[in-house]
Amino acid sequence: MLGYAIKRLLSAIPVLFGILVVTFSLARLIPGDPCKAMLGDKVSDATCAEFVRNFGLDQPIPVQFLYYLRDIAQGNFGNSIRFSRPVTQIIIERLPMTMELAILALIVAAVAGISIGIFAARRHNTAADVGTMALANVGIAMPIFWLGLMMAYVFGVMLKGTPLWLPPSGRLTAGLSSVPFYQVWGWELTKGTFGAQFAEFISNFYIFNALITQNWVVFTDAVRHMILPALAVATIPMAVIARMTRSSLLDVLGRDYVRTARAKGVPDNKVVRRHALGNAMLPVVTILGLQMGALLSGAVLTETVFGLAGVGRMLVEAIFARDYPIVQAFTVMIATIYVVVNLIVDLSYTYLDPRVRPQ
Amino acid sequence: MTSLNIASAQAAANVMEDGLLGDPVPLWKQTLKRLLRKRSGQVGMFLIGFMVLVAIFAPLIAPYDPNQVLIGIEDVKRRDPPCVHMLGCDVSRPQHIMGIDGNSRDVFSRLVYGAQISLMIGVVTVTIALIVGVFLGAIAGYFGGWTDNLIMRCMDVILGFPALLLAIAIVAVLGPGIVNALLAISVVSVPGYARVTRASVLSVKSQDFVAASRVLGGSKWRILFTRVLPNALTPIVVLATMGVAGGILEAAGLSFLGLGAQPPTPEWGTMLGTEKDQMFSSPHLVFFPGIAIVITVLGFNLLGDGLRDALDPRLNS
Repeated sequence: MLGYAIKRLLSAIPVLFGILVVTFSLARLIPGDPCKAMLGDKVSDATCAEFVRNFGLDQPIPVQFLYYLRDIAQGNFGNSIRFSRPVTQIIIERLPMTMELAILALIVAAVAGISIGIFAARRHNTAADVGTMALANVGIAMPIFWLGLMMAYVFGVMLKGTPLWLPPSGRLTAGLSSVPFYQVWGWELTKGTFGAQFAEFISNFYIFNALITQNWVVFTDAVRHMILPALAVATIPMAVIARMTRSSLLDVLGRDYVRTARAKGVPDNKVVRRHALGNAMLPVVTILGLQMGALLSGAVLTETVFGLAGVGRMLVEAIFARDYPIVQAFTVMIATIYVVVNLIVDLSYTYLDPRVRPQ
Repeated sequence: MTSLNIASAQAAANVMEDGLLGDPVPLWKQTLKRLLRKRSGQVGMFLIGFMVLVAIFAPLIAPYDPNQVLIGIEDVKRRDPPCVHMLGCDVSRPQHIMGIDGNSRDVFSRLVYGAQISLMIGVVTVTIALIVGVFLGAIAGYFGGWTDNLIMRCMDVILGFPALLLAIAIVAVLGPGIVNALLAISVVSVPGYARVTRASVLSVKSQDFVAASRVLGGSKWRILFTRVLPNALTPIVVLATMGVAGGILEAAGLSFLGLGAQPPTPEWGTMLGTEKDQMFSSPHLVFFPGIAIVITVLGFNLLGDGLRDALDPRLNS
């Protein structure tokens, strides 16, 4: 098991390396003079010369690549051109929001998707089954941003004044603010140290931060703001998971050992829960990991719709502002998260299924 | 006894009908027949057929030019809600069944012309990705060894990115625009085709008829392209059908972010993106383009589902 884990870990290295090569080359492939592309056309020659020296652009490409690797290994993504601040700092501010959204969406997608799948499989070939699967098909066909906008309209405008009203944009109601837990607890943190940065990173998970500081007003407000975006991001993965759960459970329910269990007189509920579900979940776990990509892509589109200040919206803004350090850093970061999550899913798969576990 | 005879006669008739006995029926004909028996295939073909007709006859269906600004020509205001005479809208007002957009253009006409663009995007991205992906996958699967390793590791790297994110990054480098968006989406879809082709080629190349070709002295490339590949295409057909749906969705996403088709192109994603801030005052500007995307994507997904079942020999015994 450990040997396999190490082998799988090592096999992720070429992919991660490839991702770095791709992002490095993308920035070098920008047509025209990189200095003018990043700093604008009116920049003076002297500034450009300094820019080229600062970014090591006068070095040979392989040397530049080594510098690039060194910087990334040190967690140094350079400075944003637009904000003149370290990209790492921007990541600390923006990433927690996106992760919060993705995690909530993943929970919704997994819980709802699996339940719907079981529901449909147990009513195989009935109207309920056909109906849910038709809905799942529509769910997969919907553009996330459109669904988000429609939900914002229904819950934010049409249901205004009812208890079902939900805020259609932002992270917190104006006037409320999330006080970082380290301030609440009176921690003395030295600015710029890793510990301080990490604490700041954690405190930017508003829901989690409100939970541990027991600030229930902010907690409820933050959760209410996240419901619509999380539902929008969750829809496609939920539909995919529901379809997968259904077909996988149907497959398992047709196996001999399930028939044996039924023949022994095990009640139907118990057959599904105790005998079939465990085996049926294996392919679902794989799909869950693959849906992480959909969740991250979904976050990029949804943040724009709901006016959330996450990495996705930042990335798109950075593209228009030609803020390439941010584009490069965010691309590397999201891709790395994606690869790591899939790695974890792969490993958990071997843990869950003894058959694919190498002896 | 008689009932058994009748049953077996019926079975034999079915076999005859399916073309397993008697004259051989081409695969595509069998598939089409099975496809038409499936609900998902029927609905999918209907939806796609509908969209294709809309795209072809767009100039006849659309009451206005998609880019015609109607201010000064008709009594309309910017972002006027839909006006349908049959639904009680005053007959003296000009009929715009999906309303007027932010530049005072007829939304319905733009939507109808948008079908041409979206179908074109879906088909072009899949064609590019298909040609490149099938070629790479076929070479990897057939030649094996370091060629295989090199190609497939490169594909792994592309798959290491969430698809839309890589497409965004590529567009960031090439610059926003519909052609660049098409290229970006094609690039991110290549690995899917390469993987499936490779797997399919691996299973076909070990069969006897390939060995026979080799014994007869066929060259490697000839065998690959005339013997192996045509027999390995079945799973790729399914993937390509679904790929059209994926391509349309991704292109709409890029356009929505402002990275794909640029205004005034009547692309559905662009239409949504440019009017998204008017969602709360004029929801019709967002609602209809979204519905158009859903119908088209749903059609290709259902057709893909149906094709998978129709092409699966295990399900058709």
